[in-house]
Amino acid sequence: MSWLHIFILLPFLFAVIIPVLYKKFPKIHTGWFVLAAPAGIFAYLLSYIPMVAGGETTMYSLPWIPSLDIHFSLYVDGLGLIFALLITGIGSLVVFYSIYYLSKVREALHNFYVYLMMFMGAMLGLVLSDNLIVLYLFWELTSISSFLLIAYWYARRQSRYGAQKSMLITVFGGFAMLAAIIMFYIMGNTFSIRELLSQADQLVQHDLFIATMILLLLGAFTKSAQFPFHIWLPDAMEAPTPVSAYLHSATMVKAGIYLVARFTPIFGGTMEWFWIVTAVGLITLFWGSLLAVKQRDLKALLAFSTISQLGLIMSLLGMGSAALYYGGGETSQLHSAAILAAVFHLVNHSTFKGSLFMVVGIVDHETGTRDLRKLGGLMSIMPITFTIAIIGSLSMAGLPPFNGFLSKELFFTGTLNAASLDIFNMETYGALIPIVAWVASVFTFVYSLILVFKTFLGKFQPERLEKEAHEAPWGMLLPPLVLSVLVIGIFFVPNVLADYALEPMMASILPPLEGQFDIYIEAWHGFVPELFMTIGIVVIGLLLYLTLKKWLWLYNNMPRAMTITNAYNSGLKRMESGSRKITDLHMTGFVRDYLRYIFVLLIMIVGASLFLLDGFSFEVSNVAPINLYEMILAAVLVGAAAMVVLTRSRLTAVIGVGVLGYIVALFFVVLRAPDLALTQLAIETVSVALYLLCFYHLPRLRQRDEGDGLNVMNLVIALAVGTLVTLIALSANGHRMFPAISDFYEGGYELAGASNMVNAILADFRAFDTLLEIFVLAIAGLGVYSLIKLRLARRASDENQ
Amino acid sequence: MEILMSVLVGILFTAGTYLVLAKSLLRIVLGTAILGHGALLLLLTMAGLKTGAPPLLGMEGITNYVDPLPQALILTAIVINFGTMGFFLVLAYRSYKELGTDDMEELRGTNNE
Repeated sequence: MSWLHIFILLPFLFAVIIPVLYKKFPKIHTGWFVLAAPAGIFAYLLSYIPMVAGGETTMYSLPWIPSLDIHFSLYVDGLGLIFALLITGIGSLVVFYSIYYLSKVREALHNFYVYLMMFMGAMLGLVLSDNLIVLYLFWELTSISSFLLIAYWYARRQSRYGAQKSMLITVFGGFAMLAAIIMFYIMGNTFSIRELLSQADQLVQHDLFIATMILLLLGAFTKSAQFPFHIWLPDAMEAPTPVSAYLHSATMVKAGIYLVARFTPIFGGTMEWFWIVTAVGLITLFWGSLLAVKQRDLKALLAFSTISQLGLIMSLLGMGSAALYYGGGETSQLHSAAILAAVFHLVNHSTFKGSLFMVVGIVDHETGTRDLRKLGGLMSIMPITFTIAIIGSLSMAGLPPFNGFLSKELFFTGTLNAASLDIFNMETYGALIPIVAWVASVFTFVYSLILVFKTFLGKFQPERLEKEAHEAPWGMLLPPLVLSVLVIGIFFVPNVLADYALEPMMASILPPLEGQFDIYIEAWHGFVPELFMTIGIVVIGLLLYLTLKKWLWLYNNMPRAMTITNAYNSGLKRMESGSRKITDLHMTGFVRDYLRYIFVLLIMIVGASLFLLDGFSFEVSNVAPINLYEMILAAVLVGAAAMVVLTRSRLTAVIGVGVLGYIVALFFVVLRAPDLALTQLAIETVSVALYLLCFYHLPRLRQRDEGDGLNVMNLVIALAVGTLVTLIALSANGHRMFPAISDFYEGGYELAGASNMVNAILADFRAFDTLLEIFVLAIAGLGVYSLIKLRLARRASDENQ
Repeated sequence: MEILMSVLVGILFTAGTYLVLAKSLLRIVLGTAILGHGALLLLLTMAGLKTGAPPLLGMEGITNYVDPLPQALILTAIVINFGTMGFFLVLAYRSYKELGTDDMEELRGTNNE
């Protein structure tokens, strides 16, 4: 167990002790204790930076279930480490923010921080795990803790709806991913990502390669809210704002991005991967930015913006995977620019989106509403918040001097490079990529302006706000301020970040190119197409923003029934009503119906296997002769059976069964089974007496006209069962595989001192059967006794139910 | 003989199945009794019929006995059959007394359970 293991498990330890601290120190906000965990882990993880920046990696393994190749192994490379730093860094800020955001008095803080610590530990484990099963374990743990956090205010219906929706969608993807993991094991015979990467060449040729890819991407797309699985993210905004800032902008939604990046070395370079990841990313980018413009709720706007930005990163990962097709050299380097843009924007997005969520939380906290129609003119009342908001928004829109500008420029470089590809059928569709990206960026610009200007400029409407607006306390402003400083700082010194964080990340994603990257990010790179694209965005975006009122009505014409959320809702409803219908159809509650199913299935399965497997045979060579007595007995037996079936009087039926039993006894006589004959005679006599005794109290067989004189369906089933039994009996008779073992019992006198072989078997050779059969009789007797004697009032038993 | 017995067993199973699928509880009880008889005869038939003397040792000059093992099995089955049958009968009796009907169409669980 290494120190890293201990630090990863630290949040779980905190999750255990937080409730105790909450109870013990009611005067201190529990968040202060919690803050130690992310801050401590962040500080510890920083110590890995020099090692990773030097191009080295390290691995710590701890056996968990070695026999199943499951080890709790942690692998530190650029990709994992930067994710872990984002998780703990933004985690610390979010915890700090939540101390001021959540009231000590009103909220169930112990629940909140337990869930948050569970999530943080799960996320850390997810990005640092090398073993796929452990990765999956943490993956589902993030789903569960996210579910708990979304439904934190569980008394609200919308919270529960959002939590359920996100749970269903992300767990669906998680299961698909589990299937992919199992397929990985089949293909590579290992759960270790490291070992799988080293076998990448063989994996490509495997039959399961494409299936694994699609299942894995399902997991990644559901988690990262990609089209059409993005619908859970806007509803997850019912969570407290620190949760939205942390989970639904900076960390959990990037788990899918992480997964795609992590497996790019295996899947990258194939056409399917390139197209699926790029296309889904671009559609998500476009769709998210389009829908964000029409949102009236600030958090919903940010949710769609997150969806759109995640689509951007995803599409960049797709485009950059083309670099692996060339496997090194100059062309590879050209396309690796897209990967650089992806990892760069990943970091940038975490900074500005985290700060924007916190800003929205402040606005909500200080005014009581997040509705754009009620807000406005807050600039002079909340100047610091406004400053932070404008930094975040303009970075999101991609303007200088903020880090969003740099990554947006790199994004355009990536799309232009991808458009010039001449592989994967790109000649035909490649030109579409920059166009879609550009249009989506225009909309991004528009909603970024809406976010900040509709909230802080315009007319102040104090009468529509629920509280008297004022600036937030410093504690709440500090975390977004830190993020804003990062936003600007990264713009001015991007290459420090590039050297220490981005290059190691790229080395993890594109291992063949390791050491070949020439990363030099600069804000001014001459009059290149990317710059003109950005200028175009600003001009068109401003025009669109100023004419917003004239075209926003277009959105209202979009039919509600066409939305994906609607399809999800009605699909869920239809699934429920459909399964209810199916259940109601066959679970009728009538024993007769169930018996029919059982008999029909028996006929179908046994009959089919009898004929399909060629089991039927008809052998007459070893058949014993028949004499007249047996013919007569058989005729009487058939007659008695027919009488029981056909009669309308219960007495006749009972007598019929009695006759039947005695004839069976006579058969035992004829077939040389004296003990059986004796027992059968005695028991049949007692049985008939019992029948008579009981039936005396039962109604007449035909008390009223039942209307089922001859039920044709029952008759067909019964005939089929009878025929089947006969056929099986005949076939079995024809297939005598080996002689009976009964010669052994002929030594019964020597072995057991008994000359009656049947009795010797019952009481000596196989006496356990007899013992238990005595138990059966005893239990039946006790049962009868209690049935008759014990009569709890029906009312009392009803009450107990 | 085996063929005749197989057909007989088939007839008993047909009658038993038809009765078990009936509406009245009473007929179901009788149906299970008939199915039981069918099973006993089937067991006996499958061991081979009339291959020798009754399985009683000590009689002079006999070398061929019928198979004793199935007979022991059948004996056990008869007794168990009797035990369950008796319980079933009393159960039918009691349920009629409590519920006032023996019609299987009326005896069904409520919807919301």
